[in-house]
Amino acid sequence: MVYENPDGVRIGLEVHVQLNKLNTKLFCGCSTDYHDSEPNTHVCPVCLGLPGALPVINEKAVEYAMKIGLALGCDIVEQTQFHRKNYYYPDLPKGFQTTQYDFPIAGEGKVVIEGEDGERDIGITRAHMEEDPGRLQHMGSIDKSKGTLINYNRSGMTLIEIVSEPDMRSPKEARRYLDKLRSILDYLDVFNGDLEGAMRVDANVSVFMGERVEVKNISSFKGAERALLYEIMRQKNQIRRGGEITLETRHFDEARGVTLSMRTKETENDYRYFPEPDLMPMRVADRVPAVAATLPELPDAKRNRFLEEYDMTDMHAKALTSDQDIADFYEAVAQNENIDSKDAAVWVADIFKGEWNYRDLAIHGRTNDPVTPPYSWVKLSGANRKDPTITSSIGSDDLIYIIGSVNNGEISDNSGIEVIRIILDEGGSANEVIDAKGLRKVEDDIVATAVSETIAENEAAVQDYLGGAEKSLNFLVGQVMKKTKGRADARQARELLVAALKS
Amino acid sequence: MTKWLSISDVKEIIAATSAEEVTASYLELIEKSSINGYTCTSDGALDTAKMVDKGEVAGPLAGVPIAIKDNISTKGLATTCSSKILEGYVPPYDAHVIERLKAAGAVIIGKTNMDEFAMGTSTESSCYGVTLNPWDHERVPGGSSGGSAAVVAAGESPISLGSDTGGSVRCPAAFCGVVGLKPTYGAVSRYGLISYANSLEQIGPMATCVEDIAAVMDVIGGYDARDSTSIDNKIDYQAALVDDVKGLKIGVPDEYFGEGVDSSTEKAVWDAIAKYEEMGASWGKVSMPNTKYALAAYYTIAMSEASSNLARFDGTRYGPRSEGENWHVMASRTRAENFGKEVQRRILLGTYALSAGYQDKYYLKALQVRTLVKQDFEKAFANFDVLMAPTMPLPAFKIGEKVEDPLSQYLTDVNTVPMNLAGVPCISVPCGSSDGLPVGLQIIGNHFDEATLIRAAYSFEKNTDHHKARPGEVA
Repeated sequence: MVYENPDGVRIGLEVHVQLNKLNTKLFCGCSTDYHDSEPNTHVCPVCLGLPGALPVINEKAVEYAMKIGLALGCDIVEQTQFHRKNYYYPDLPKGFQTTQYDFPIAGEGKVVIEGEDGERDIGITRAHMEEDPGRLQHMGSIDKSKGTLINYNRSGMTLIEIVSEPDMRSPKEARRYLDKLRSILDYLDVFNGDLEGAMRVDANVSVFMGERVEVKNISSFKGAERALLYEIMRQKNQIRRGGEITLETRHFDEARGVTLSMRTKETENDYRYFPEPDLMPMRVADRVPAVAATLPELPDAKRNRFLEEYDMTDMHAKALTSDQDIADFYEAVAQNENIDSKDAAVWVADIFKGEWNYRDLAIHGRTNDPVTPPYSWVKLSGANRKDPTITSSIGSDDLIYIIGSVNNGEISDNSGIEVIRIILDEGGSANEVIDAKGLRKVEDDIVATAVSETIAENEAAVQDYLGGAEKSLNFLVGQVMKKTKGRADARQARELLVAALKS
Repeated sequence: MTKWLSISDVKEIIAATSAEEVTASYLELIEKSSINGYTCTSDGALDTAKMVDKGEVAGPLAGVPIAIKDNISTKGLATTCSSKILEGYVPPYDAHVIERLKAAGAVIIGKTNMDEFAMGTSTESSCYGVTLNPWDHERVPGGSSGGSAAVVAAGESPISLGSDTGGSVRCPAAFCGVVGLKPTYGAVSRYGLISYANSLEQIGPMATCVEDIAAVMDVIGGYDARDSTSIDNKIDYQAALVDDVKGLKIGVPDEYFGEGVDSSTEKAVWDAIAKYEEMGASWGKVSMPNTKYALAAYYTIAMSEASSNLARFDGTRYGPRSEGENWHVMASRTRAENFGKEVQRRILLGTYALSAGYQDKYYLKALQVRTLVKQDFEKAFANFDVLMAPTMPLPAFKIGEKVEDPLSQYLTDVNTVPMNLAGVPCISVPCGSSDGLPVGLQIIGNHFDEATLIRAAYSFEKNTDHHKARPGEVA
């Protein structure tokens, strides 16, 4: 089925990724670990733009930028250079932003997404390095504010701006692109996407091959989808009413879910880009092989390998490889000789991942054995995104034990799920939990006893069932389950009941 | 204490008396001064001197006072670029050169007056008023490092630091009859130097003799990781103090003796070249055909960079702040009310030169000219060891003479800007006089060949008395 794109929607995204896993800022030695700090405590003459201070490039940031470029299939430029983008704003301490212009570190590349009608390439125009400005904090609400405070802790953080081609045809495709980008960046271990402001999105949208409108101030992926849905509807309505779409920049008001005009083409800034005289052009081409060697197996490659090496559906392969930690966790489980890889895929992708996401856990740590993948053992630790004091952890050995116990009939499927929940909520190993909660299946004779007791104690229900009321059987099964405190397998209880009643 | 001391004189006096006494007597001289060379003196100067006396601070410049141009950041000491917009700004950090000087035991005695943000050739655009030329109080000291040159010429400090973006060390050195060096671009860290035009400027020393220039360079020169344009190329400056120019090949560019060069100035320079010949050097003419475009290219690049460098002065983080109903109005008013006219002119022209639609015509064209100017120097240095020319086409002009005609003032930079475009080192040494005013001989060297420059300048000094001339009446 081919997606017709009835409204001729074209979406291009500019994504700013903050490389918050670097230890220091882009042009100075200030620590990047400012998120829980007092305002203006992670600053120095350089990132405060004090007179006379000069920038020095963070080589690790260059390496990370190259990693990102290579992972997006971009051409790495021979020689890269910084430019000044001149504009006045209080969060910009130098009155210009040091960014890249005609020699961005990474040129054309692409990202593969699951589009409206199957896999689809989204072109990457470029990826470049630049510095983050500070943050404005209004005293009270913006309209009644008595003043504005400026926090320069963020000033000078490394941003990578990834610019896509206008290749997305719907908000859904835009969302998929963002998810894929996030997945790739997570694999590269260059940033923590859960930190505030780690990924910021500007969108360019047009309909029916008309003028594009830029939508700024989108702070989440969900927000991106909403902003795009609104903006497409707005543009279509405007045209339907005989209006015209003109080149402009609009601001997304997240609370109201609408976009508002910020400036039109006539008032567009002239940024007066020119080469940053305080930083020399940098030759990076020679460094490509060394950086490429540090790239991990990326989601698409991993997914293809999973399909080849393990028995699983493509859906599972995608679900398991969108996150590297989950993928490694899966492999540690699936490699166990007693576990069927397809079974493992169901348990990890459908059950475990569901429980993990239900608790809104962000993976904040993992241990594994041995040192290089594929790992024979992986333990994941997570913290609740809203309340980091709530933490959980689970090892691949736990899951192996659970799947093994289910397979050999020691515990029921439901108990297996219950064990995962208990480990995540209360801790403990699978073995301990199963014992402590008495989840191991009871012996058949206990069930048989419960069945005969149930038949003896519930004459009316037995008569109803024998009289043709099938529903009464459910009641009797329930009574058996009650007697065995839920430890019996319901199907087995039903079978035993039917057999006893027919005899 | 006698005036006009060299570093070795100062050291001798310290040995006989104390560093504290030397510093105190300089502070007294400054107190009595009538030339307005300093913007402030340092409260910490005497403390440093006392520490030297106690042996707590040592080093090659232990106890030697040095005056610092007001655009070089000094921790705890006001640094204003002689601009109202930096009124009250006290840097929380030291420039690289200040760190080096302190480590060498030097006594930062005070900050010196300058053209606002180093934009000028006369020190008249300072918010503190003009500095008077010690040779003639009705004349300008040159600029933009006018204060740094004048205080050395007046004996109010043995040595000083200036900065040279398009002649700002050499011009006042020539006008005040002292020695001034602009090092190779990248030889001295700019970390802490408040930028006017980053790709052109260098910090440089001023002194009464070449020996002292070399001594200061040995302290402030060399690589600094905090300046990405700093180059790791160690030079032993004092080792170059050799009185020998035999075989030295001097190139004399015709273009530097063009229309408008004062005849006495021209004569003094030719006499100096004749002296070199007598000392065993040879000279020949060299053509530098792109010199005529250098001035326009220089001002285009300098103003473009300045328009961006000076954007940070918006009243938000430091300096005075004007009232306004929103931030943009506040920032605009702050800038309109606190930048001087010349600074505003250069910001506007630079903004224009970088604007969409004009950048190709001005800024990018200027960069092309810059390449051509560099090539002129490369060709010249293929045949000559050094080049010689008048530093300034004329001696110090009268205060107020060129205030109403900025273009005529820009034109006086014609012989000093090409070296900044090319990044080559150059030194101005006294070589005679014109109507009783000092004349500077400019010696230009190849990239990182300061050793040859210093040898040539030192030999001249050893064989002539021009550098011993002092202004008649001071204080």
